[in-house]
Amino acid sequence: MKLLKFLFVGIFFGIVLVKSEAVSWYRIFEMFKFQSFHMYGIIGSAVILGIIAIWVIKRTGLKSIDKESINIPPKDKGMFRLLIGGTIFGFGWALAGACPGPMYILVGTGVFSMLLVIGGAILGTFLYGLLRDKLPH
Amino acid sequence: MDAILQPWPWYVSGPLITLVMITLIYFGKTFGMSSNLRTMCSLGGAGKYATFFKLDWKAQRWNLTVVAGAIIGGFIAVTFLSDGSVIDLNPKTVSDLKALGFKNAGATLLPPELYDWDHVWSLKGLLILVGGGFIVGFGTRYAGGCTSGHAITGLSNLQWPSFVAVIGFFIGGLFMTHVLFPLIFTA
Repeated sequence: MKLLKFLFVGIFFGIVLVKSEAVSWYRIFEMFKFQSFHMYGIIGSAVILGIIAIWVIKRTGLKSIDKESINIPPKDKGMFRLLIGGTIFGFGWALAGACPGPMYILVGTGVFSMLLVIGGAILGTFLYGLLRDKLPH
Repeated sequence: MDAILQPWPWYVSGPLITLVMITLIYFGKTFGMSSNLRTMCSLGGAGKYATFFKLDWKAQRWNLTVVAGAIIGGFIAVTFLSDGSVIDLNPKTVSDLKALGFKNAGATLLPPELYDWDHVWSLKGLLILVGGGFIVGFGTRYAGGCTSGHAITGLSNLQWPSFVAVIGFFIGGLFMTHVLFPLIFTA
């Protein structure tokens, strides 16, 4: 089962994000209030270790599990879309207290009203897809 | 076992998130949760309305599987791996929240004032959840990624677009928390 390994990654991801409290609306509020190091520590240590790990992968030319060369797609550029899109995302992140990973995890914790947030997020993505050619990037 | 049941400190959680990212990269994929929202649009037939959604969703099955796992992981974490500890928030955060009308901050993962069904079924409650989700979905696609794709993977891969996007995340989050919250929420 090729997909099974991804199920396990997801399960692990869900557990880590709940146990770290990174899925908590309160922790995100606290972060934006600069009243705790907790979230900065999580993101900061993940990124610092990530920089080292990706550097090692590139240096050693590590192959993927399917023996293919690893390439991490570069992010699309465009100052306007990054800054404006990012800011809009930030509004929602603080308001709903959930980004696109935690919203699923939180459903698993039993908060079914989160399905409304997910529904909204799907609609928001849909609207972006409709307007994509008309929006400045 | 106690250490597992209690909340995990940042220096354990952060590296474990790196492990998730690296595992997905090793599996030949990438860590980006918001892409699933686009896939779900495609699954729902959005390809009829915009070429942006004309994609082979089967190629994204792996990521939908991560989503399914994440839901299961959330369930496992609260059911078997928690001792019911309250979130150890800064007392200042708790009192700031009280001033905004949020009681017992940290007793649950999410504020009942927003997520309990009693509060959801009001115009304001619905607008906050559906509207909040809506701008998360719109903004993340416009910016080309969310916390996992930009803040974790993009920054780890030293991508300047991700750095700009994360600055945007914070401009929005700070404005919402400091300027709009006092207007939206009043005790």
